[in-house]
Amino acid sequence: MIKVRNLTKYYGERLAVDNISFDVGKGEIVGLLGPNAAGKTTTMRILTGFLTPTRGDTWIADCNMVTNSLEGRKHIGYMPESVPLYTDMTVREYLAFFGRLRGLDAKRTNHRINDVIGLCNLEEYVDSIIGKLSKGFRQRVGLAQAIIHEPEVLILDEPTVGIDPLQVSQTRTLIKELGKEHTILLSTHILPEVSATCGRVIIINRGRIIAQDSIENLSAIVKGARRLRIEVKGPHDQITKRLQRIDGVKKVSREGNYLIVESPIQIDPRSQVTEIIVKSGWTLLSIETVEMSLEDIFLQLTAKDKEESDSE
Amino acid sequence: MNKVMLIAGKELRSYLTSPMAYIITCIFLLISGVFFVLYLTATKYADTSIQGFIEPLSVFGLSNIGNVFLPLFASILTMRLLSEEKKIGTWELLLTSPVKDTEVILGKFLGSLGILVCMLVLTMYFPLMLAIFGQPDMGPIWTSYLGLFLIGSSALAVGTFTSSITTNQIIAAVVSGGILFALWFVGMVSNVLPTAIANVFSYISLSSHFSNFSVGIIDTKDIIYYLSVTALFLYAAIRSLETSRWN
Repeated sequence: MIKVRNLTKYYGERLAVDNISFDVGKGEIVGLLGPNAAGKTTTMRILTGFLTPTRGDTWIADCNMVTNSLEGRKHIGYMPESVPLYTDMTVREYLAFFGRLRGLDAKRTNHRINDVIGLCNLEEYVDSIIGKLSKGFRQRVGLAQAIIHEPEVLILDEPTVGIDPLQVSQTRTLIKELGKEHTILLSTHILPEVSATCGRVIIINRGRIIAQDSIENLSAIVKGARRLRIEVKGPHDQITKRLQRIDGVKKVSREGNYLIVESPIQIDPRSQVTEIIVKSGWTLLSIETVEMSLEDIFLQLTAKDKEESDSE
Repeated sequence: MNKVMLIAGKELRSYLTSPMAYIITCIFLLISGVFFVLYLTATKYADTSIQGFIEPLSVFGLSNIGNVFLPLFASILTMRLLSEEKKIGTWELLLTSPVKDTEVILGKFLGSLGILVCMLVLTMYFPLMLAIFGQPDMGPIWTSYLGLFLIGSSALAVGTFTSSITTNQIIAAVVSGGILFALWFVGMVSNVLPTAIANVFSYISLSSHFSNFSVGIIDTKDIIYYLSVTALFLYAAIRSLETSRWN
């Protein structure tokens, strides 16, 4: 559904997107994950035809967005990050305008308005002036606008930014619901969002893709390692050396006042760790298993990316 | 074409739901009404035919005072046309919908032209009153309306263009006002220049082409001039919109 090849975008001298390629298949929900200014919005703006790339090509539903943008745009529903709305219109007028603009006839538009306000829970507000709605409802109007013309591809730029936690979870449920009929590419810098909604994730940093994989595979990496966090009174250097000698322990590192012991998931070194510490006369204050979160993976990947580009 | 009308309709609607268009129309009617009365009393109601009508209407273009108002009204009417959409971001939705850049610009322009037509129609009680109380020569009155429509559409096109190059409404208004004043100014300057250059200056001046309309002459040269100015600035607006996709 979405195909991106060697996409590069410069803003003047500044490189915003650096030669990225990826695909999103029909029916997938893919998360574009990255810190602020990673190039997520630029990538999405190019995909929707709002910006022209410096180099490279993108296809939406087999339409080349560089050479045949007008045709391609018919297949896209887009919600920009700022959720732009005509605040002087009612919800109905706003949806009708974009429905008609994207080629629905009057009858179909009315029909679709009823569908999407039901889907987005906007029944009560359909004749309210948009300017008077709260942020959460505006977000829903933005989403309704993106799906009014039944596009095959939905591109959502940070769909849950700035709304309260309850609404966030409602929006995520809605996105999952939409994923049954649409191909969705959403961007976010919030990690739980990806695991909550997406089937696959593309991690992007400083304009480059640094990892792309299914949530399961990333979780497998997470679950493939066991990490113990130990608080111990005693000479940390010596303790580190001793613990490293335990069979199966891959790495012992310091993290503030704690020591982190990493091992494969099938090995549980806890009893050996306690035994060594107690026998050597040091004091074990606490020991706990910590899960490596998506956050850690992300930090590791972005840090690695930074090291590599610094050494270039 | 449907999409052009859709955007024009939306634009017209948004003019009618905000106070700006009403305020401008009020001031316009007030000023032209004052001139209408002033002229009639000054001529002791003797001349209810041509000048009695044109002079009041010329607030919109012909007389020296009128010269001030056309750029002002057009600049204020068009300043938010595109700049506001850019600022609040709805621009992004318009440009990612399956609509040609040309359709967006034409729709916006026609929306503002709709307001201009409303303003002109509302002044029609002047000729109506003249017709009731006297025997005005209606020919020059209609040609004056045609002239006002054409000169107004040129000014709105300039405003549409300047609104497309910035996100700041004030800048859009000031720049379009500046361009329109300059186009007037060249007409005045032409009086003090050698004939050859003066002819050129007077040809590119917005005001010099109006005089024929005001005395009842429809010259294709003048019509083509106003239509070219309109087309030129609308074209520039379309190109500026295309450029925004590269930045």
